[in-house]
Amino acid sequence: MGITGTLALQAVQAILAVALAPLLTGLVRKMKARLLCRLGASIFQPYRDIFRLLRKEVVLAPNASWLFSGVPYFVCAATWVAAMLVPTFTFDVRLAPAADLIAIVGLLASARFALALAGLDVGTSFGGIGASREMMIASVAEPAMLMLIFSLALVAGTTRLPDIAAFVQSPALGLHISLMLAFVGLVMIAVAENGRIPIDNPATHLELTMVHEAMVLEYSGRHLALIELASSMKLLLYVSLVSAVFLPWGIASDGASAAQYGVGTLLYLAKLFVAANLLGFFEVTVAKMRVFRVPQFIGAALMLGLLAALLRIVSESL
Amino acid sequence: MIVVGVLSCVAALTALACLAVSANQKRQANTLIYGASAAICGVGLACALAALYSGAASTVILPLGLPWLGMHFRVDALAAAFLCVVNVGGVAASVFALGYGRHEAAPQRVLPFFPAFLAAMNLVVIADDAFTFLLSWELMSLMSWALVISHDRTAENMRAGLIYIVMASFGTLALLLAFGILAGPDGLYAFSSMRAHGLNSNYTMIVMLLTLIGAGSKAGIFPLHTWLPLAHPAAPSHASALMSGVMTKVAVYAFIRIVFDLLGPIDWRLAMIVIGVGAVTALMGVLYALMQHDLKRLLAYHTVENIGIIFVGLGLALAFRANGLAAAAALAATAALFHVFNHSLFKSLLFFGAGAVQTATGERDMDHLGGLIHTMPRTAIAFLVGAAAISALPPLNGFASEWLTFQAVFLSSTFPQWGLRLLAPAAGALLALSAALAAACFVKAFGISFLGRARSNAAQNAKETDKASLTAMLGLAAACGFAGIFPGLFTNLLAPATQFLTTSRMPVQAMAAPWTPLLPVAASHNSYSGFVIATCLVIATALTASVVRAFANNATRRSAAWDCGYPEASPTTQYTAGSFAQPIRRVFATIAFRAREQVTMPAPTDTGAAQFLLTLRDPAWDFLYTPIGRSVDFLADHFNRFQFLTIRRYLGLVFLTLVFLLTVLVLWA
Repeated sequence: MGITGTLALQAVQAILAVALAPLLTGLVRKMKARLLCRLGASIFQPYRDIFRLLRKEVVLAPNASWLFSGVPYFVCAATWVAAMLVPTFTFDVRLAPAADLIAIVGLLASARFALALAGLDVGTSFGGIGASREMMIASVAEPAMLMLIFSLALVAGTTRLPDIAAFVQSPALGLHISLMLAFVGLVMIAVAENGRIPIDNPATHLELTMVHEAMVLEYSGRHLALIELASSMKLLLYVSLVSAVFLPWGIASDGASAAQYGVGTLLYLAKLFVAANLLGFFEVTVAKMRVFRVPQFIGAALMLGLLAALLRIVSESL
Repeated sequence: MIVVGVLSCVAALTALACLAVSANQKRQANTLIYGASAAICGVGLACALAALYSGAASTVILPLGLPWLGMHFRVDALAAAFLCVVNVGGVAASVFALGYGRHEAAPQRVLPFFPAFLAAMNLVVIADDAFTFLLSWELMSLMSWALVISHDRTAENMRAGLIYIVMASFGTLALLLAFGILAGPDGLYAFSSMRAHGLNSNYTMIVMLLTLIGAGSKAGIFPLHTWLPLAHPAAPSHASALMSGVMTKVAVYAFIRIVFDLLGPIDWRLAMIVIGVGAVTALMGVLYALMQHDLKRLLAYHTVENIGIIFVGLGLALAFRANGLAAAAALAATAALFHVFNHSLFKSLLFFGAGAVQTATGERDMDHLGGLIHTMPRTAIAFLVGAAAISALPPLNGFASEWLTFQAVFLSSTFPQWGLRLLAPAAGALLALSAALAAACFVKAFGISFLGRARSNAAQNAKETDKASLTAMLGLAAACGFAGIFPGLFTNLLAPATQFLTTSRMPVQAMAAPWTPLLPVAASHNSYSGFVIATCLVIATALTASVVRAFANNATRRSAAWDCGYPEASPTTQYTAGSFAQPIRRVFATIAFRAREQVTMPAPTDTGAAQFLLTLRDPAWDFLYTPIGRSVDFLADHFNRFQFLTIRRYLGLVFLTLVFLLTVLVLWA
């Protein structure tokens, strides 16, 4: 396939990330509502929310600086770039050589850094509480993520995402305990990083234990729309990441036929649907934990990562 | 002859220092001295780059110093790489000081020592025999010590000076002993003869440990770092930047020169010590930094963290080299050297920012700052870039070098030894932890000082700093961006140095097209391109902004902050440095620093204030320095009686010592 073809595929993946992200959030909310015997809003409600916010004016605090108004654009862009680097329906990610898994984690860290700064910009205590807790959670989640990447790199021999996924997809793959541990660890990190229950509750706005929502409390209008979009994209990114690394079946390889791309897309949508249901189910079955229990939760993910790496090292030398 | 060029720069800087002694009362002295040192450092940088490109070593022997030895100087690839770091830092600090130095209350206490300090650092890097090296090393310590105590009115600074001079002497003693063993019984002080004759493995271990202590105490490895957070903030900010950004790198140079070059092959067990020390230093450095509320002290502790990252890279390079894995060793060494360069850029930048803030507000305590992004917008931008770079965020340079370090960690599965295979991932985890904590720490440093509402009148009425200081800061910020977007240029430039250290180099990074990704080792699938990431980020941001501009409601209204409906409260209710770090303190510092919080509430009807008491213990002081200090006191008390003996007894003591030493000599043989 020529360079235009791969670039077009990359563009499709980029658009897919933006277009599907609110749908995933809507699906999760719908699932949660159904499990709680509520009818729930339509799965398209997040799109409506974003458009409604875009139509509203922005209200800025008196001492909000340029940083405060600039951050939503940057956060949205950085999350978007990270999301388009994760294989969705094809391994043919044109930009993959530019950014391996560490760089994707780095991009998300950049977005978080910017958002935490924005939380401090207005100078209210809610912004501060959110920013400081977000950074505390990140300080445990990021090394855990790095250890998982390390164990994946040990198994697959690379940190480039499409290559890891292709390795897992290959029939030569045997049974790897390390991969299973890494899978559990990655899911735990995905839950933590996206501020889902039991770490944080994305539905609350006035609760002292909240993290992400406290940080973005002062945002309104188009800024808030971008931030909502960015957090939906982040959720989509993690779902794509888990499915690409651990359940890569159906993802079309380089130079596949149109039919294979079609199958890949359908399977990807199915994976999103399943993931949304599982996440919704998980969220209604557990209670939110105290904020100082969170490091223990993510610490378990870190230990899983270390254990996965360790087992791999041991099994390699036997 | 490049080495002659560098020596001329040193001579010019020394002359400038002498001139400064006589001219420091003149009004133009500041501009003259700093302008001239910027120019001379520029020439030094050009020499260093020429040496890196040519790749050939140039040597010269001057008939000075010890009569039978002379002074040997040599510029090889390794020295050239560090000359770049020294002189880039020198240029930036001089340009910054063109503006900053004008606010100096007592310029005669700073002006002469600044060029002399730069000259000494250049000399250390080009020294080619033990005598010249130690002489320059001491000169560097003394000149920086003079800068540390230049503001001698506060007891705190004098204490910092005392601790610094004690630690520096101790470090030099360790290096002196290391060189003594290296020189051997024949007293071969020239580096070339040290290289020629090898040492047996026991001596290798002793020399390596002595070097780790000697160079490491200057670089700031845990737990020998204690002088650093006291001394670096005490100096004027351009000198702090040089000490933190450059002098610690000269110490890293000393470690590399002795351990990689002079010592010959190193056992992998010793490499494990370096990796372990580096990882612990990185974590402890950032944890200390998180607990600070003095901006400059926070930055100084961050130097400790970054030195740890560099030492992990160096330790990995040693381990790979010991196992004959040349390509991986080259990767680890390049990562360490690139991080040396990057850290000198962003740490200088951050210290300049702190200096500008201090000049504008008279405050170093973050809890008295806030809202500076409104009053000092350009300083804020430069500081923000530095903060993002040191937090290892793509697409800036800190990420590029940490990425390379992680790639080196990922190659650890090729180690044949179990110990290394298990240690390397653990070190990687600690590095990742410290990188994430660094991001938290710089959200705090930038967020509390520059964002929010002003916490004092000084911060409210701050004025933007002068043009020269801004030029230096924005120049360094641009350099951070450039090195992050085109890391391949720098790894190519460092190739002769890694070739020298590890007999291999990173694959040549093709720079034909700017989007070519960086490859860590030839056969690797992993790659990273700062340029593509930066371009994608710019395009995505522009696209988002234009879509929003085209389709969204673009109206903006200013109104009181929402803050969940709480009424407008005083700026003192904002998060402070201490409260921002509180969650992290509870998670990590309860163990590391035995942090204890004690809240005393007044009785139910009492309207008095509640009390909050936070206690932190410093493990380095508790477990190392205080016991040492106590035992020194104890010994001093008990040896005191030897001061008042009769001459007969003294002669008796001399005789006994002689007998003892002769016995030892006989038994030794």
